[in-house]
Amino acid sequence: MANKTPQVEFTKEMKKDYTIITPNMAPIHFELIKNVLQSFGYHVDLLHTTGREIVDEGLKYVHNDTCYPALLSIGQMMHALHSGKYDLHKVALVMTQTGGGCRASNYIHLLRKALKKDGLDFIPVISINLSGLEKNSGFKITLPLLRRALAALTYGDLLMLLKNQTKPYELHSGESDQLVRSWVEKLTMLFEKGRAFSQREVRSYFDEIARSFSQVPTEHRDTLKVGVVGEIYVKYSPLANNDLEQFLFEQGCEVMVPGIMGFMIFKVDNRLEDIALYGGNPAKKQLCTVLKAYFTKFETDLIEAVKKYPQFTAPAPYTHLKELAKRVIGPGCKMGEGWLLTAEMMELIESSYENVVCTQPFGCLPNHIVGKGMIRKVRELLPNANIVPIDYDPSATRVNQENRIKLMLAVAGEKKREAQKNQESA
Amino acid sequence: MRIGLDVGSTTLKCVVYDNDGQLVFHAYERHYSQIAEKAASMLQNACAQRPGLHRAALCISGSAGMGLAEDLEIPFVQEVYATRTAVKRWVPSADVVIELGGEDAKILFLSGAMEVRMNGSCAGGTGAFIDQMATLLNITPDELGRIAEESERTYSIASRCGVFAKSDIQALLNQGAQKNDIAASILTAVVNQTVAGLAQGREISGSVVYLGGPLTFLPQLRNAFDRILGVKGLCPENSLYFVAMGAAFSETAEEFSLEEVIEKISHYSSHGRYQSSEALFADQDEYREFQERHQRDQVRTDAPLLPGNIAYVGVDAGSTTVKAVAINENEEIVFSEYLPNSGNPVPLVRDFLSRLYEKFPGIHIRSSASTGYGEEIIKSAFSLDLGVVETIAHFTAAKKFDPQVDFIIDIGGQDIKCFKVKNGAIDNIFLNEACSSGCGSFLQTFAGALGFEMSEFSKLGLFAENPVDLGSRCTVFMNSAVKQAQKDGASLENISAGLSISVVKNALYKVIRVTDAKALGQHIVVQGGTFLNDAVLRAFEKEIGHNATRPSISGLMGAYGAALYSKERAHWEESSIAAARDLAFFSHQVSSVTCSGCENHCRLTVNTFAGGKKYIAGNRCDKPLAKKSSAVSYNLYDYKKQLLDSYENCTGKRGRIGIPMGLNLFELYPFWYTFFTSLGFGVFHSPPSDRKLYFEGQHTIPSDTVCYPAKLMHGHIEALLKEKPDAIFYPCMSYNLDESLGDNHYNCPVVAYYPEVLDANIAALSNTKFIYSYVGLHRPKDFPKKMHGILSEYFPGISLPEIKKAASLAYEEYYAHMKRIRDKGKEYLALAKKENLPVIILSGRPYHLDPEINHGIDRLICQCGAMVISEDAVSDQLQKFPTKVLNQWTYHARLYAAAKYVAQSGDPRINLVQLVSFGCGVDAITGDEVRSILEEKDRIYTQIKIDEITNLGAVRIRLRSLFAALNLGAEAV
Repeated sequence: MANKTPQVEFTKEMKKDYTIITPNMAPIHFELIKNVLQSFGYHVDLLHTTGREIVDEGLKYVHNDTCYPALLSIGQMMHALHSGKYDLHKVALVMTQTGGGCRASNYIHLLRKALKKDGLDFIPVISINLSGLEKNSGFKITLPLLRRALAALTYGDLLMLLKNQTKPYELHSGESDQLVRSWVEKLTMLFEKGRAFSQREVRSYFDEIARSFSQVPTEHRDTLKVGVVGEIYVKYSPLANNDLEQFLFEQGCEVMVPGIMGFMIFKVDNRLEDIALYGGNPAKKQLCTVLKAYFTKFETDLIEAVKKYPQFTAPAPYTHLKELAKRVIGPGCKMGEGWLLTAEMMELIESSYENVVCTQPFGCLPNHIVGKGMIRKVRELLPNANIVPIDYDPSATRVNQENRIKLMLAVAGEKKREAQKNQESA
Repeated sequence: MRIGLDVGSTTLKCVVYDNDGQLVFHAYERHYSQIAEKAASMLQNACAQRPGLHRAALCISGSAGMGLAEDLEIPFVQEVYATRTAVKRWVPSADVVIELGGEDAKILFLSGAMEVRMNGSCAGGTGAFIDQMATLLNITPDELGRIAEESERTYSIASRCGVFAKSDIQALLNQGAQKNDIAASILTAVVNQTVAGLAQGREISGSVVYLGGPLTFLPQLRNAFDRILGVKGLCPENSLYFVAMGAAFSETAEEFSLEEVIEKISHYSSHGRYQSSEALFADQDEYREFQERHQRDQVRTDAPLLPGNIAYVGVDAGSTTVKAVAINENEEIVFSEYLPNSGNPVPLVRDFLSRLYEKFPGIHIRSSASTGYGEEIIKSAFSLDLGVVETIAHFTAAKKFDPQVDFIIDIGGQDIKCFKVKNGAIDNIFLNEACSSGCGSFLQTFAGALGFEMSEFSKLGLFAENPVDLGSRCTVFMNSAVKQAQKDGASLENISAGLSISVVKNALYKVIRVTDAKALGQHIVVQGGTFLNDAVLRAFEKEIGHNATRPSISGLMGAYGAALYSKERAHWEESSIAAARDLAFFSHQVSSVTCSGCENHCRLTVNTFAGGKKYIAGNRCDKPLAKKSSAVSYNLYDYKKQLLDSYENCTGKRGRIGIPMGLNLFELYPFWYTFFTSLGFGVFHSPPSDRKLYFEGQHTIPSDTVCYPAKLMHGHIEALLKEKPDAIFYPCMSYNLDESLGDNHYNCPVVAYYPEVLDANIAALSNTKFIYSYVGLHRPKDFPKKMHGILSEYFPGISLPEIKKAASLAYEEYYAHMKRIRDKGKEYLALAKKENLPVIILSGRPYHLDPEINHGIDRLICQCGAMVISEDAVSDQLQKFPTKVLNQWTYHARLYAAAKYVAQSGDPRINLVQLVSFGCGVDAITGDEVRSILEEKDRIYTQIKIDEITNLGAVRIRLRSLFAALNLGAEAV
């Protein structure tokens, strides 16, 4: 693949005084990443805007049949540009590109088209990708940056995981959320000092974080365990999934949302899998193997930290997920979330999160295959699975989505009661 | 005592049980969104009838009840779950429950692994759908059920969503199909939708229970389910109340004092939490100014005939109305009618003409023309002189009101048409894609559901203070948006205004897809019946930011334009139109036959008029028509099909391999055929797709929003399984062959991995060798070794050298096949140049070759007198060039190349039409890019969205307008 320079480059000069406007996806993770970027001298503004106006802006600028994540992220950025808050000649935008075979790699081009429609095409758009699709002289993913970003992502995974497993049981409402906030602040301070990145430090902070959550006073409460999988943006973004985590929490659920690190390993591993399936250059293989091993270290540390506290459920390692997936789908199925999504459903069910919400943007192509397409087979193998696929798009209404989730929860509640009865009689 | 309250999307149900578990009260009522009032009064009634009733365990259920329950802190139980509780209690033997409601369709599988399925964001196949269809037929839903009993045949009607079905039905009506046959077809469509959308691979068998309004009230619908599922279902007593009954016995029910609850509910009111937009009119004065302004755009409608009594007649047989006018030499209207079309437009036009002749006995009609959906049938029934495509008719009329008109938008019963005008010619046409049509009739149906006439309903919104923001999506999905608004307590006034605003936003942002509504044009003419509603017009003006012209005859513009058009072209003295004496003997008979001209077996509707004149509809080609198409057709789609047919099914010593003829195999068949036959296998492919094949596979489709070409694969696999092959071969392919036109050479996710879905959902496949391994044809050097590994799992003993040889033959054959297509393309293009023929590069994917997918659009283009070339026949003539999107799919790179080819050709006779399958997410990106490549060189972009729909009427308009805009061969149709 040729390395291309984008239409408007983000230059070294710009780095000095341009504000980089960033759409939001996973609130905890992105907050941390933002802080990493700031410690590298970038001025980053992470958007926290919500509301119907975002959707309307998106509808105006993006083909209405484009996936919801594109529509929302572009809508969020256009909304920011129109807010009057920024000097339009001193801003840049940012978009991720995975380089996969689904539409997501095209979001950045849709964003440029949107800018052009508005005569704002002088604004540079930075692509964040690991495939070398586009490069900018003023924005480089250097090795130190990459290492820190990965650490930040894993911190995000850990905080999200522990918060979700503590919040439903906390004695003092709001304590887990407060703990997340204080950790984000603390980590940010450490990042600024160039600390908390090394493997050794990461390991010790992981431990400290896990310990701090284990010390939140809790009581036993009867909850339903619900897992959330799906297209990556809709899965994490409260803007896209109508605040799904919060809704489930209010319905008396404990939620498990698989982390981002698994997805990162998946993307690197795909390169290796391609070579295994179709043949290819072993040199490329070496680099990917190194990267994969590096990513996996973070994962291992996270799992170990969580496992020290038996009250928490640790996620399964990537290798196990891949084994699970192979029981129902080929490891060559790699576009979008690919087989990983199917594997996450199975892993959740295995680790007692039998109730799963599978989120996807309406008409998401990979999800026809790995989400809805695989539910039947997953149920066959794991009969206790209770999965509900939910579509998200600008016109899907919250009431319909919540209604369907409530149905899933009603079935879950009944199963639980039956299981308890059986236990008592046995 | 126990009380269950079921607040559905359209109705309210309540049951009361005494302490012995006896049902002592039940009530059922439409709530017309006045949920709180009706619920309170229903409970009051219950108390009045049971004087001892003061306290009871209460629980609410139903899709519209959640908000009420939450806010009043009354226990709520999800309605499917409530149904299940009730079925367990009263019909314990049930295996499967099918429940259809106002907007919901549900299936519960009770025996075995318990599962519950609800319809997704699509409202097709529900009570609302049946209501909508009945409205279209101008009968009540009950009547629909009754007349369905007398049907003789059923037609295939798209059931995926109401809008598609509507266009199918409208076409059938216009073609003269019998109402009872249509009614039966509608019920069949509901069943198919339920099976396809909800069963998703799980068989419905055993003891089936039918619940909910439609299944309770329409025994014929139950029969349709029985017939198609091959079961004898049961509709139990109180089948309407099961949700309420389940709620009453829900474990979550809590005891309340009824007096208090009723008090609480009756004081429950809106808290205005919904998103709202600005009011349409601030006050009466603003409205008055608006009315006065629009009264200026007048044309006389009661003019006299001028000396000589010369008149011109125009008829617009639209989807839901028939409009007809007669004008005099001054182009003033002397007589006009605007009639609701409840099915057959023919008698309406006959009566119009009779009344015209009666009023003006001495009239001398010089010329006449028809337009609209019913253009052809009216033209042949009454021997009109001309037919004109609707877009041209409307343009002709609009010029009369604003000669400088640069933009016309027409929102009719179920179409949105708009077009830009540049230098006095139509420059760009936007017709609604199948998914967002039905705007006018949607308003109408919605008004009806709430108990209003459309105009009355629309007026309600004029002074609404906080119109509901319902967004700008396909109108079918608005049902649930309205439901949400109701839940949030929006008043009828605000919902009405919101719907008017939505119709407008839909047109602007969904159909025309404007970025800046303010830049549409300076001289905008609006027309069509929907704009007769002041609320809609006002919403439009607010959205575009300036005033528009609404001709006083806004609803008659098509007919008026047709009359003007006939006047413009009248180089004769007397019209051939049926005279008064002809009308006296006018007769119209309809019969149906199945055409046996080709494998399509089209269901033809034959209309016979007085004197033996015939009009045939329902045909996909010219074969059954008396007239032979004049020119030899040059159709590369046909040629490609012939090429594929030349690979004859065969047997071989190593066994027989079946290949499904769908998706990418439309292109790779020559490769795999050669590969396997040279290894000594016999190879055969599944039969051509048709509806029957589709229906046979539809019960295993897990995602109802995937594209039609993918859905068809299920039928192809079923067909292959019947042949009991030794193996079925259909590989997964992330990557396609690299044609060096883009940055990568992926397949789209659906093409790449659909075999995985087939394996996971077609249970019968587990008894056959299904080879769906991941294969990389893009690496010819690695391919033999990898393929050797794959095949040896299934057929041990094939050597690597054998595979190497077979692979090299296969690659050779594949490239030879592609070269044949490209050579033929060049030959045709050269011929076109020589003979001065228009050319359409009909661009899609290899599988758009399938007539079941393209619905014969290739032939339709040939009938318009143009040559059809496929995108892959020209894409090789270009080098890779920069695009504004990431160019990473092989098939899609060809689209960009084909667009570039057209743009660079500089030849106005060569144009591009893009076929897009509904649900194709990738084409949301390619469509925009192809458009921008063409428009850079001022070329017209035409996109045709296709799905299961079999109605070609809208496509025909599209194509004829294109040819008219290009000034090419427009009269050929």
